[in-house]
Amino acid sequence: MNQFFERRYVIGGIFIALTLILLGRLFYIQIIDDRYLLYANKNVIRQFIKYPARGPILDRNGRTLVKNELVYDISVIPKQVKPFDTLEFCKLIGINKTEFDKLFLKAIKYSPNLSSSFEKQLSPQLYASLQERMSEFQGFSVEEHPIRSYPDSVAAQFLGGIGEVNDATIAKYGGYYRLGDYIGTSGVEKAYETVLRGQRGVQNKMVDSRGIPKGSYANGAYDTVAISGERLTSSLDITLQKLGEKLMQNKVGSIVAIEPSTGEILAFVSSPGYDPNLLVGHDRGTNYHLLATNPYKPFLVRPIQANYPPGSSFKPLSALIALQEGIITPQTTYNCPGYYMSGNRQVKCTHVHGIVNLSGAVAGSCNGYFSMVFQKLIDKNGPKLTDTTFNDWRNNVAKFGLGSRIGVDLPAERAGYLPKAALYDKMYKGPRWRASTVLSLAIGQGELGATPLQLANIECTIANHGFYYTPHLIKGIGTKNIIKPEYLIKHDVGIDYQYFEPVIDGMQAVVENGTAIQSKIPGIIMCGKTGTAQNPHGENHSIFVAFAPRENPKIAIAVIVENSGEGAHWAAPIASFIVEKYLTGSISPRESGITPEHFIEANRLPEITTYSGNKAKTAKADSIKKLKLDSIRKKGLIKSASNKNKKDIPIKYLAAIKPKDDE
Amino acid sequence: MSNPQRSFFFNVDWLTVFIYLALCTIGVLSIHSAVFDPKNPSIVDMDTNYGKQFIFVIISVVLGIFILLLESRFLSALAPTIYTVTTLLLLLVLIIGRNVGGNQAWISLPGGIRLQPAEFAKYATCLLLARYLSGTNIKVTEIKSFAIAAAIIFFPMLLILLQPDAGSTLVFSSLLFVLYREGLSPYFLILEGLFITLFVLTLKLNNMPLIIGVIIALTLVIVLLFKRNRKIITTVLLGAAILISFAFSVKFLYTSVLKPHQKTRIDIVLGITNDLRGKGYNVNQSKIAIGSGKLWGKGYMQGTQTKYSFVPEQSTDFIFCTVGEEFGFAGSVVVLGLYLLLVLRIIYIAERQRSPFSRIYAYGVGSVIFFHVVINIGMTIGIVPSIGIPLPLISYGGSSLLSFTLMIFTLIKLDSNRMGMIYA
Repeated sequence: MNQFFERRYVIGGIFIALTLILLGRLFYIQIIDDRYLLYANKNVIRQFIKYPARGPILDRNGRTLVKNELVYDISVIPKQVKPFDTLEFCKLIGINKTEFDKLFLKAIKYSPNLSSSFEKQLSPQLYASLQERMSEFQGFSVEEHPIRSYPDSVAAQFLGGIGEVNDATIAKYGGYYRLGDYIGTSGVEKAYETVLRGQRGVQNKMVDSRGIPKGSYANGAYDTVAISGERLTSSLDITLQKLGEKLMQNKVGSIVAIEPSTGEILAFVSSPGYDPNLLVGHDRGTNYHLLATNPYKPFLVRPIQANYPPGSSFKPLSALIALQEGIITPQTTYNCPGYYMSGNRQVKCTHVHGIVNLSGAVAGSCNGYFSMVFQKLIDKNGPKLTDTTFNDWRNNVAKFGLGSRIGVDLPAERAGYLPKAALYDKMYKGPRWRASTVLSLAIGQGELGATPLQLANIECTIANHGFYYTPHLIKGIGTKNIIKPEYLIKHDVGIDYQYFEPVIDGMQAVVENGTAIQSKIPGIIMCGKTGTAQNPHGENHSIFVAFAPRENPKIAIAVIVENSGEGAHWAAPIASFIVEKYLTGSISPRESGITPEHFIEANRLPEITTYSGNKAKTAKADSIKKLKLDSIRKKGLIKSASNKNKKDIPIKYLAAIKPKDDE
Repeated sequence: MSNPQRSFFFNVDWLTVFIYLALCTIGVLSIHSAVFDPKNPSIVDMDTNYGKQFIFVIISVVLGIFILLLESRFLSALAPTIYTVTTLLLLLVLIIGRNVGGNQAWISLPGGIRLQPAEFAKYATCLLLARYLSGTNIKVTEIKSFAIAAAIIFFPMLLILLQPDAGSTLVFSSLLFVLYREGLSPYFLILEGLFITLFVLTLKLNNMPLIIGVIIALTLVIVLLFKRNRKIITTVLLGAAILISFAFSVKFLYTSVLKPHQKTRIDIVLGITNDLRGKGYNVNQSKIAIGSGKLWGKGYMQGTQTKYSFVPEQSTDFIFCTVGEEFGFAGSVVVLGLYLLLVLRIIYIAERQRSPFSRIYAYGVGSVIFFHVVINIGMTIGIVPSIGIPLPLISYGGSSLLSFTLMIFTLIKLDSNRMGMIYA
């Protein structure tokens, strides 16, 4: 004890004060400030997304159109790699040593400790041989990865495809999608994206400071499982679709077949088509580019995106409206001298029909008759009211689904074209036009454009005697086969039942003894109408619309073969094969001697200039195609979809634009 | 009163022993949690820091008992020898030392043991300082005695600074408390407090005219208030002059003498820079670890920050993170409470000594331990710059543990003999 004894209190006091400062600070960061717990969780918890399987798509009989196939991605953690037989490994996964070195270097550059993608989308066959020997290759691991697969390689434009989302898509859907996600980009895949995609699951894992996963967080209490996408049952008949694609190969055009009693689309052919398997897997990019630059535009979904003047196939509709309006009766006749005179304007007719009644005019496709009908109709309220009368007519036509989107369950449907009086007011600078001015509308020409789907829908309406259901491709969503309510609504077109019979009589006669007699199906009454749509860019388009059988119709169809002249020559026979195949399951010999083989083999591809507009290129399409084929073979650019191990087998260029001949 | 026939444990201060053992246990458990690897869950594995620390604790306890067996007289007499030996080791380490992390602080011995002489220098300095100041007619108020005492402290500081181990160097400044207790003017303590305040303000405000202005204004106020008292005026004027020159020297020190990494550490604590990915990463992650512990912590071995190696140096300098994260504020209070109890107990022990040697030595030990605790924990929660000094008895490290064991058990031995003869 000395005189500084009391100083122990000073020292003790300082010790206590400093300890309290530390405790105060600890109290602040541990109790008051909540940020640190958030930071700690942010450090350690990583969300790993579990991807659901995308829903499969079936045809109307339950056959698979699209399914998921597993491919295998190889990943590598460079630091864990032990010496191994590099050459053998390369052989197993089908790459060479140079590629291997490049990939491995890339992985090291990304991170020596983290797993990075090494080689993507190995086929199941390659994986099978690799799997047995995986233990020799430490540091490499294999993950499954589902891709879309199309067992029958059909209906590419109908099914559409999926692709990785881009920034714009991510922004559009308000954060649902993340970089690297897939989304339906066209066709059914796009239209039914929300149903097909399923629900993502999340797995919370804890990672260390280098980002290496170390186990699940809170024993998975906050994890969610992935829920697979719903199965879609389409209305498509795969057999019919395949036949249609074969019949349309080497032609440009469409086939749309619909079941009139439901609006279910049975066949949806857009030609040229392509093998949908080309657009998945390893070589997607190359194949996509080739298809996108193909002059015949295989990505155009012609059944809903191409407009054609309906031509003579429009006549039954013209007749029905005139009957309903009371302008004509089935007994109204016209003496066809081979033309029709409207004032001093002459409309040419195909033949000198002589005296024809309504059915006869339909059967003989008499331009004169329908010009007369149209003029009577538009002039019924006097020439001063041409505008309003025309608009009334127009609205009656519109009830059949022309001039607006029908509402099929596919994205990017076009409306076609149906003019209003205002258009002609503008064209002729005021209401100075008359029925005679727009007379070409009477025979489906002029300012009229319809998609093949709209044409087929008109046939449904006629088959049903006055109503239609909106055509659709998906007849059942999920295992409960839920159907969208809008496809159960009956659309009435405002034509009385009794007016249909005389028109249908005429349509029956078209096939029985009229323009389409060549396409008569033994034992089946098909009612149809040929059409030859004028095409300012080249040869006329061949059109045929029909339904069958006459009593209790099962199928309505529209076929368009571009640049192939008269409807009777190309479209009608093709339609008749489809109809017969659907109704009887087979195709019987025809009196006229036409065979499906002839049409399958025929090449009606137009000259490339028609499409490219480049007049310098006058060579026939075939030779250009051949040139292209050669160059592509040389470069080996087209690769099969997922069979990387078969990459040496040359695949014909045309595989890209025609369905496989495997039936 | 002393009876040689009595047990070795006669008069041992069991409270101190208990705190010592408690802190060692917390240390071993914390290191276990910090280095635990689920793939290799053996209890004692000599390859892990945990296993090694376990062995160090056993050695330390044996060493402690051994010290209790010694004669107290022996410890006092040995002081100059121990000081000389550690000084030689400090010189040796500069020549043959092993450089770890930029500090040439370790001497490699056969068998993979690495010795850190700086840790033992603290013990030696405490002993020699006690020995010197307890001499007859030695008063720290006298300039000569003060100079010698200061030299005893500064010599090892200088050698350690050459390594350069700034953290261990600073530890010796805590011995100012000892000098204060022995009669040094309180102005030194006040001045030290003012220095620290001024140091922070100078760098934080970075506004010399303002600081100088405030100092001058305050001086004028005091001078006007105590016009009559010349002594106070002289003191205040002197103090103001010292403070102003200090402020300038801080500026100079900071811009010209400190190394960039040291500057950054200071900047981070003062909030001047905020480099969370680079230089500030360690402290930031350490704060996250402790802060995320909340009241009760995440549970033993459940700390994600430590388990998944977000916190660096987690078994040595940042071991307190494990405590804070896994046992929360409650754990922090317990550990800090134990340290406070320990140093207050040491002051209590010091003051019951009849021998000045024992008293001075005890103050030395208490000051060094407390300085370690404040700097280490302060660093982990970001109120003190990152200075790499261990948390006594808890941090992994044999030299540190042995050194603190020597300090504490020497004190216990001296205390157990407090009723006996005064040897020095």
